[in-house]
Amino acid sequence: MSEKQSKRIISLLMENAPGALSRVVGLFSQRGYNIETLNVAPTDDASLSRLTLTTIGSEHNIEQITKNLNKLIDVVKLVDLTEGSHIERELMLVKVKATGALREEVKRCVDIFRGQIVDVTSTVYTIQIVGASDKLDAFVQAVSDAQILEVVRSGVSGIARGEKVLSL
Amino acid sequence: MEMLSGGDMLVRSLQDQGVEYVFGYPGGSALHIYDAIFRNKAVKHILVRHEQAATHAADGFARVTGKAGVVLVTSGPGATNAITGIATAYMDSIPMVVISGQVPSEKIGEDAFQETDMVGVSRPIVKHSFLVKDAAEIPEIVKKAFYIAETGRPGPVVIDVPKDVTSPAETFPYEYPKKVKIRSYFPAEKGHSGQIKKAVQLLLEARRPVIYSGGGVVLGDASKQLRELARKLNYPVTNTLMGLGAFPGTDKQFLGMLGMHGTFEANTAMHHADVILAIGARFDDRVTNTPEKFCPGAKIIHIDIDPASISKTIQADIPIVGSVQSVLSEMLELLAQSKESPDEQALADWWQQIEDWRGRHGLYTKNRFEETGQIKPQEVIQALHEVTGGDAIITSDVGQHQMFTAQYYHFNRPRQWVNSGGLGTMGFGLPAAMGAQFAERDQQVVCVTGEGSIQMCIQELSTCTQYHLPVKIICLNNQALGMVRQWQDLHYDGRYSESLYEESLPDFEKLMEAYGHVGIKVTERSELKSKLEECFAMKDRVVFMDIYVDQSEHVYPMQVAPNGAMRDMWLSKTERT
Ligand SMILES: Cc1ncc(C[n+]2csc(CCOP(=O)(O)OP(=O)(O)O)c2C)c(N)n1
Ligand SMILES: [Mg+2]
Repeated sequence: MSEKQSKRIISLLMENAPGALSRVVGLFSQRGYNIETLNVAPTDDASLSRLTLTTIGSEHNIEQITKNLNKLIDVVKLVDLTEGSHIERELMLVKVKATGALREEVKRCVDIFRGQIVDVTSTVYTIQIVGASDKLDAFVQAVSDAQILEVVRSGVSGIARGEKVLSL
Repeated sequence: MEMLSGGDMLVRSLQDQGVEYVFGYPGGSALHIYDAIFRNKAVKHILVRHEQAATHAADGFARVTGKAGVVLVTSGPGATNAITGIATAYMDSIPMVVISGQVPSEKIGEDAFQETDMVGVSRPIVKHSFLVKDAAEIPEIVKKAFYIAETGRPGPVVIDVPKDVTSPAETFPYEYPKKVKIRSYFPAEKGHSGQIKKAVQLLLEARRPVIYSGGGVVLGDASKQLRELARKLNYPVTNTLMGLGAFPGTDKQFLGMLGMHGTFEANTAMHHADVILAIGARFDDRVTNTPEKFCPGAKIIHIDIDPASISKTIQADIPIVGSVQSVLSEMLELLAQSKESPDEQALADWWQQIEDWRGRHGLYTKNRFEETGQIKPQEVIQALHEVTGGDAIITSDVGQHQMFTAQYYHFNRPRQWVNSGGLGTMGFGLPAAMGAQFAERDQQVVCVTGEGSIQMCIQELSTCTQYHLPVKIICLNNQALGMVRQWQDLHYDGRYSESLYEESLPDFEKLMEAYGHVGIKVTERSELKSKLEECFAMKDRVVFMDIYVDQSEHVYPMQVAPNGAMRDMWLSKTERT
């Protein structure tokens, strides 16, 4: 099926137990689908983990994946956030070589992107940026004149807007 | 409360779950469990000769009874040997609980002797798995394992048990839970009423309907409802390889099997249908042929307990998620209340058309195989049907003999036909027959096999001796990996790459004798019936019929692939639709 591919954010609650994550990830690798980003942590209920992942696929592929994820005994609830309006956030830490004139320029960029410089040495800035993934991409683009030493991204986490909640 | 060790709790839990047989093979990591088995009087352990056979035997038991088959193996090689059988059960949605020993908890991850990450290795082929961390959890895990294996879309569940957890050194209060609740698992039961109404409406409007029913009808014990529905509407029925027996194979409304080796009338009727009612079937690639060309004019109603099976390969117009039994019952109620009925004239024309197809190329209207003087595999199955009164439980291996059996042994009841459809596992037949014989001690159990397949689990002849399992083995000996050879004829200009054994087959008669069984060789057509009768007269013996059949025979019809539609078939080596 040669349908249109689109990016999806799938968020689920699963048992906070060994093996659960590998079952979720296994469903993707088994089908040759890539997980673009992945983010897992326990929720306010310590027996549950919230997992959010982004993947790219056709309508049909995504439907198959969500149905199969739902079938996993460890998966308690699931939502495809991209189906409704939602808030998407990712955290990025970037280490940039910043000397001479570039120091000011990088700083300006950080301000424009509402980031923070969280660590400084005489030659290096460590910057924190939070936002939707494309904003983080844009920042990396914007500071590409400076030498980027390291980039760490948390992967997307997301939540639906309004009254809708994903809970037990 | 009673105090038991982990090993004793495990076996007691099986007993309290109502388990009668455990098929297994001992080894280091499982020895505490085996000691508990030794002391338990209720659960009977069946010692197979290879762990693969333990899983197939448990599988055969499950297919015949509907209850989960139980397997016990040791860690490492015991566990990996079980994998083929677990995958076989998984592909056909067979309930099974596999208990594997594991190295002691503190050694896991150290490449300890006979350590294999069983939960990891089996992950893609199980419905769920457990690694036991604490002996106290055992009763609840066992209860959950059976619940998961047997409900919803059934499947195998693995319980991996580290040796220390079963140690006799420590005891725990034992109580087997009466109920389980799993907060994330709610198997579908009732279908959506609105959808069911729509489906009934569409069915009543159909002019060229076909009921396409699959293994789900057998697994979901809905054969009665299927028959009622088909009778009530007088619609034609076709079964998948896994669904055979759910609708009587000798019934006039039955079109035979559909798919790659389906009948001309079943595949052609599907192609021309305007409404297809798919029940507990999954539009497998061995059924649909090219999906883009599948039944171009048909609206599809699809009932399945597994939402992931619906619209997976073929888009359903009316999807209904629910147990097939419940949904069919609801449909029957609606039909009983309805004042409408199908268009009689349209249906009569449709049946006329089907009878015409049946008369032209039907599998059973005339012999579809040419006379060569040699024994034809098809006529062996016809003779088998006659001699057993069509009543035996038949298991099969994988290859041409399997397809001939599906085509020519007209199964009249569900759970009568036991074969590996999804995975197509050679070696399945004999151990599955053992499991079936344990399930039905008084029934005639027959394994139809090939000289290739039988050698993949032939060691089980010894298990048959130990437990006095009088299964009959009908070997269609074509001196070739026949199905492979057929494909090589059709697609590789008859280059028989590694599908022939060059005079290396064993003397099966002598081999049977060595195991304490009876071997009968048949080479003459004229002797076929009488030798089969001789075989079945030996009620309490294992008899192996080594029947030499025409090597050149192909299985027909055979759908044209790639790029064929349902109706595109080879009907013989020379005729094509
Ligand atoms: C374990 C396994 N290995 C390989 C195959 C591929 N395969 C399918 S049918 C077949 C030939 C089977 O030969 P035989 O048992 O003699 O049956 P026949 O087709 O000759 O009736 C083979 C090799 C398989 N299905 N299973
Ligand atoms: Mg053969």
